[in-house]
Amino acid sequence: MNALTLERIGHAYFGQAVLADIHLEVGRGEVVALVGPSGSGKSTLIQIAAGLVDAREGRIRRGFSRQAMIFQEPNLMPWATARENIGFALRRAGVARRDRQARIEEAAWLAELEGDDLGKYPVELSGGMRQRVAIARALAVRPDFIFFDEPFTALDVALKRRMQDLVIGAAREAHFAALFITHDLMEAIRIAHRIAVLDVRGRGIAGVRALEGGTGDRNEAEIFALRQRFLETDPLFRHIHDVDERKRR
Amino acid sequence: MKLGPALSDRAGRLLDFLWSGWAGLAALSLLAAAWQAGHEAWGDFILPAPLETVGAAVGLLGDPDSLSLLLITAQRSLTGFAMAAGAGVALGLTAGYAPAVMRLARPLLTVVLGVPPIAWIVLTMMWFGTTGTTVAVAILIAATPVVFVAAAEGIATRDRELGHMAEAFGYGLLGRFLFIDLRQASRPIFPALALALGTSFKVAIMAEMLANAGGVGGALARARALLDVPQALAWVVLSVIALIVVEYGLVRPMEGELERWRRAAQPWGVKR
Repeated sequence: MNALTLERIGHAYFGQAVLADIHLEVGRGEVVALVGPSGSGKSTLIQIAAGLVDAREGRIRRGFSRQAMIFQEPNLMPWATARENIGFALRRAGVARRDRQARIEEAAWLAELEGDDLGKYPVELSGGMRQRVAIARALAVRPDFIFFDEPFTALDVALKRRMQDLVIGAAREAHFAALFITHDLMEAIRIAHRIAVLDVRGRGIAGVRALEGGTGDRNEAEIFALRQRFLETDPLFRHIHDVDERKRR
Repeated sequence: MKLGPALSDRAGRLLDFLWSGWAGLAALSLLAAAWQAGHEAWGDFILPAPLETVGAAVGLLGDPDSLSLLLITAQRSLTGFAMAAGAGVALGLTAGYAPAVMRLARPLLTVVLGVPPIAWIVLTMMWFGTTGTTVAVAILIAATPVVFVAAAEGIATRDRELGHMAEAFGYGLLGRFLFIDLRQASRPIFPALALALGTSFKVAIMAEMLANAGGVGGALARARALLDVPQALAWVVLSVIALIVVEYGLVRPMEGELERWRRAAQPWGVKR
């Protein structure tokens, strides 16, 4: 059984269809990047897949036992320290209180956070550090599926690269499956096993491209060459950088 | 956090809290200086000296009967305050989640807030007679709207993304309410509670005075009848001290405990 199967997913806001007839499968231990132009419904789709929004039609089959999610904004509780934020998900995951500290420290290590950082409040941390805490919070529950909703969009190029390395390392270490929403094709190529392209109007998955090798196996030259090839010769990727949402309807 | 660092963190915050009392003392000293100037300008009958008033207040505190009057007023104020806080928070949270309730409540609030507290005291006197119930109900009506508005605003303006985050990690409605929404709503609720507490003491004394229901209000009425200005001022001073004790001994420490992360964001000079 797949880690995640979306069948005929459709959704509408105020009577206006934003997604229709979406079929997508994510295998166990597989990272699938979902790309598409701005406004094509990527975030709505991941929210449906994560159970935050009820789909108007279709069926979701979840073959994983524990999910986590990393959002575009870190969404940290400002009143809680980094340690408490990381531990927040553990309480719901049913981890015994005596085991929580060890789990928090393990997740912090995976996210390359230092001991001193754990006692700080989000307001004392930089944007990149906050996103690390969000990553650690997700990893702390030892999920077998992680939803990434454009998690590094707001970061600068260097920081984005470090965060991607972090995810690649964590995916190797923890062997989770993931659905990774992004509009950055380079990021998708670096991180994913497969890239799915959402139709410009959200009417189904326009196509899927499997990438050779595992997540993080491709070097910079290969990533760049692949990106150029996709953008210049593959019609599937023709519209992924469209930004005018008014063209949609 | 381990016990040692946790205790030292708490002790540090307590010392900061006590140290911040210097600013309050400085403000009170300014008030005392202005009071002394007023006393010297207008004489002993109109405005007794601060020291004389403090002496009278200390004398009242030493008298068991006077102390019991103060305790009666404090108990009535706190009862009314607890009722107003409970009702205001419960109704406000409901209104914050339900925009329709909020739309219905706004005109009612305008009406309730438009009626002066003294009018409510007169009405409750007629409804409940000259008893402690009159005082408690008058406080309930006068103080609830402030807490209600704050609680409703706290929920209505919450960061909904935090709720999504909690939901993504498996928290249900109750978990999101307890760990996310309530915590966010507490930010505007605590200043409103401090305001409601002040209102409670003021309305309690006013109601006692009008209803002749004993307590500090009754003692003030007696001092007025005897034209005993030092005694009247001493009761005022004691009432304010009781309010300060409750506010800074209960409401502010709770607020400080919940909002300690804000101090982390403050520059050093503002903290101290």
